[in-house]
Amino acid sequence: MILNQFLILAAALFAMGVYGLLVRRNIVLILLSVELMLNAVNINLVAFESVLATPEAIGQIFAIFVITVAAAEVGIGLAIVLLVFRNRRSANVDELNLMRW
Amino acid sequence: MSFVDWISQPVNWVFLVIGLGVAAAGFRVVTSKNVVHAALFLVASLAGTAALFLMLSAEFVAWVLVLVYIGAVVVLFLFGIMITRAPTGFDEGLDANKKALPAILSVALFLLMSWASITAFGTTAMENVGVATSTELIGESIFGRFVIPFEVVSIVLLAALIGGITIARKDPTPAEEEERRLV
Repeated sequence: MILNQFLILAAALFAMGVYGLLVRRNIVLILLSVELMLNAVNINLVAFESVLATPEAIGQIFAIFVITVAAAEVGIGLAIVLLVFRNRRSANVDELNLMRW
Repeated sequence: MSFVDWISQPVNWVFLVIGLGVAAAGFRVVTSKNVVHAALFLVASLAGTAALFLMLSAEFVAWVLVLVYIGAVVVLFLFGIMITRAPTGFDEGLDANKKALPAILSVALFLLMSWASITAFGTTAMENVGVATSTELIGESIFGRFVIPFEVVSIVLLAALIGGITIARKDPTPAEEEERRLV
């Protein structure tokens, strides 16, 4: 196994996440794309940890922190989506034009 | 290292199968016409990632990923989908109309990142594959050197919990407020 096979897979997942972020209209699906991008970062962190072999497993610790913050982000994000849906009867970003100039 | 050398190692066959599965599932997450299918393809992608973590001998992170992501986050997503998009089904209006520019941008991003990592790392080999990172080491590291980030993250989680409840709960109408005061 070489390092680059993991890095390129992570780059592909990250690019897919960017595509989904730009193309999707529904907020829930945009959050799904963000999860895909965070997951790509986790693959990178664990792969680099496997190469560097730090004595304190720093890469894996960072991956765990990323997972934790992602869980918090999803909780808050879906609460906001729920509130927006309750007020506007829609969860599509292009219909939420209240603050658009 | 040529491609023939690379593919002749059995561990790379496993990587190829899992990696293609992860990439295909990730592609379906961003292209699926059905919201529930998109969330379930995310489960497939994350499960494949956990398998990759096991290949990299990061056992604890792999099972944390399974527990937190597949067990909690995707369930939360499914709740969000059920609440905001019922009835769920195939829907053509999930994507914006202009897809060419994002596609070009993401392909360019992928090529740029691949080029950067290939020129930077070449054929750097994995060092300690097969030597499992023990959970004991991770625990000592979290509660030793990383204890302050750990506490900060726990505060973040608590704030997110309270914030989520406060944001999502219904505000009482003035009539209900009056009623509550009389009781």
